[in-house]
Amino acid sequence: MKAMRYINPRTLPLVVTTALFILLFGFGAVSYDAFLSPQVFVNLIIDNGFLLVVAVGMTFVILAGGIDLSVGSVVALSTMVTAALVQHHHWSIWAITPLVLIIGCAFGLLHGVLIQVFRMQPFIVTLGGMFLARGLCYLISIDSISITDPTYTALSEYRLPLGAETAISLSGVIAIVTLLVGVYIAHYTRFGRTVYAIGGNERSALLMGLPVARTKILVYVLSGFCSALGGILVTLYMLSGYGLHAIGFEMDAIAAAVIGGTLLTGGVGFVAGTLVGVMILGVIQSLIAFDGSLSSWWTRIAIGFLLFLFCLLQRLLERSKLGKK
Amino acid sequence: MAEQQPILQMQGIHKRFPGVVALNDAQLRLFPGEVHALMGQNGAGKSTLIKVLTGVESCDAGSITLAGKPIRAESVLEAQALGISTVYQEVNLCLNLSVAENIFIGRFPMSRFGIDWKTLQTKAMAALAALNVDIDVTLPLSSYPVAIQQMAAIARALSTDAQVLILDEPTSSLDEDEVGRLFDALRRLKARGIAILFVTHFLDQTYAISDRITVLRNGEFEGEYAAAELPRIQLISKMVGRDIDEAAFARQAGAEIAPAEDEAPFLAARGLGKLGSMRPIDLDIRAGQVLGLGGLLGSGRTETARMIFGIDRPDSGSTQIKGASVNLHSPRKAIREGLAFCSEDRKTEGIVAELSIRENIILALQARRGVFRFLSVRQQRVIADEYIKQLGIKTSDSEKPIGQLSGGNQQKALLARWLATEPKMLILDEPTRGIDVAAKLEIMDLVKAQCRKGLAILFISSEMSEVLRVSDRIAVLRDRQKIGEIAGNDADEPGIFRMIAGGEA
Repeated sequence: MKAMRYINPRTLPLVVTTALFILLFGFGAVSYDAFLSPQVFVNLIIDNGFLLVVAVGMTFVILAGGIDLSVGSVVALSTMVTAALVQHHHWSIWAITPLVLIIGCAFGLLHGVLIQVFRMQPFIVTLGGMFLARGLCYLISIDSISITDPTYTALSEYRLPLGAETAISLSGVIAIVTLLVGVYIAHYTRFGRTVYAIGGNERSALLMGLPVARTKILVYVLSGFCSALGGILVTLYMLSGYGLHAIGFEMDAIAAAVIGGTLLTGGVGFVAGTLVGVMILGVIQSLIAFDGSLSSWWTRIAIGFLLFLFCLLQRLLERSKLGKK
Repeated sequence: MAEQQPILQMQGIHKRFPGVVALNDAQLRLFPGEVHALMGQNGAGKSTLIKVLTGVESCDAGSITLAGKPIRAESVLEAQALGISTVYQEVNLCLNLSVAENIFIGRFPMSRFGIDWKTLQTKAMAALAALNVDIDVTLPLSSYPVAIQQMAAIARALSTDAQVLILDEPTSSLDEDEVGRLFDALRRLKARGIAILFVTHFLDQTYAISDRITVLRNGEFEGEYAAAELPRIQLISKMVGRDIDEAAFARQAGAEIAPAEDEAPFLAARGLGKLGSMRPIDLDIRAGQVLGLGGLLGSGRTETARMIFGIDRPDSGSTQIKGASVNLHSPRKAIREGLAFCSEDRKTEGIVAELSIRENIILALQARRGVFRFLSVRQQRVIADEYIKQLGIKTSDSEKPIGQLSGGNQQKALLARWLATEPKMLILDEPTRGIDVAAKLEIMDLVKAQCRKGLAILFISSEMSEVLRVSDRIAVLRDRQKIGEIAGNDADEPGIFRMIAGGEA
């Protein structure tokens, strides 16, 4: 990609992440016979499509120097709204989907306005949103709602064939499209570059006459949209709505972005890196699943170490850069 | 100078802030193809004038015309749209973006598919080429030194088809070569007919680049001169507002016994310097003596003090205390060696307004003792009362919040804070700023009195007369280097200003 060249010295974390992914995948291929098949690779995207979608939104928020803790709850709320409307009220998918996306955007708008207009901390505002959305789930139902609607089950089972023995689910396709749109927005639109500018130095961005307020609010709207879309994908994947879906999901999204090379202080990172971040989380999960003897909590331990490693790496890079001057 | 029409004219500008008149009938004319230096001491109204011009502040009265048409910019953006661009002292760009983006963000060339990166690069290269800069514009701005960043800021300012370019102290963080490159760029811009307003504290630079000089003093227009026809000494006298040659400034000569010079100084700095901040400087600070640092604003007075105290780490030179070599790498270390630093900004770095006078006085002493050797309130009160009496701090009792005291008394309390640590050397950076004359005199007498007790003092003030009044010796600074040292008794104000003006004495 051409745009990559622009942030040359900062691509190293991405390169390291990619190398690590290849290493982990290679390790899997050597250790387990069935690992090296296209379907295992595609499954990474299928099984983590919703994470990818949410993490793309999160990447924009972090790039702009903010944080969004509400994403997991908004995902859960989206599954709940979808499941309740389709099961209890028999709404059409064409009515539910836009409504859920609008709810997600509304959450983002609320966050953005509170943060930008009232100068509140993103952490606390989105923490509020996190509790609010999670609470609203239980207002709809305290139990899990299973979806038996034929349209949803059909969409859930649909597989787009990719060659002989490989196929991708609808949510996988949506995730990939979201990623591509995210990359385009980040690198080829004024909005995207303004996000980077704000993350780099908000005061300068203001002095350069950029629409800082609008962009910052829109970033949270984008994240809300991605969360809602992620929620729809979770609904398709699980075929249920539940207030306990996607607990701690915001942390997975943040971890994916950071492992993908996005700096938590803002202004540095790639949307494409987030894909690699998500894939790394996915491949660790697959490895543990293939092993069979390890508890799934080993994923968390591995992610924990990776996060330490990457934050350390980024810090060291910053320092060596400063040292050179 | 040929009679041409000014491109920009500011007339009868008045600006009043609560309690102060910042500008009183100020005026300024900028001509196309000229570099115009705006000179004046601290508080003369330079920055207010620029803020009015660029739309950051609105003026209370007065007119601004650009190319004959009256304008009134309400914001920086509006000023930019009118063709008035500003480059500030600190580079207001985004270090994480590429150079090209920094120049054009907000005005990206767009193609059907979004940002046209190729055209962007070409345009950025061209914009920088006009300033004689040839670099890889796709790299992030952070990979270049400040000078290049400054160039990018200028390129950005010009990319809006600016007719007027304002440079607010652009050279303060540049080294000599970089200043040279900047000036080359400015000369090219001059040739293109752009009017440049240049604000600086460096006299050498003023004369190196300016065609015309406007001097402001106390918010009033002092005069506009052709640079070639205004000798330095006259410029300085116009800035400080005294006719230096005739000013007979009587020094209050006291019959002080200066300690023997052959005794080793308490602190000796040799070649202490920091790149981009201060050129290597030698200073001897003796016990029982006041060494004054004289010089105009921006000459490096505070920088010197900060280096000595270890706030800024010098990158060359060495320091000796009582003949033994020490490395004062941090204020903590400096305090342990018996140094104390009374900083310039009383409000933000000095007093804690909500705490009582007693607590403010004890602060540094307690810090020095550490948390575990706590002073009882009674002990604290004894110490505080002692200094309140000794320094004549006017207060009903030591428990009053310090914020309620007058500026002069706050300053005395600050002085008390450092004296309470019983330092061997005290650095006073602008101890008399913003307080009335009577209080100033009192503070200066206190300084002298402390000095007589054997304290070594480094005294910094922007008021030359104050430096003269208290100092036993004066190190004269100009453009971030020491240009000489004179004994207090031999010095007078005109003499020092002549030194600063450079060899015309």
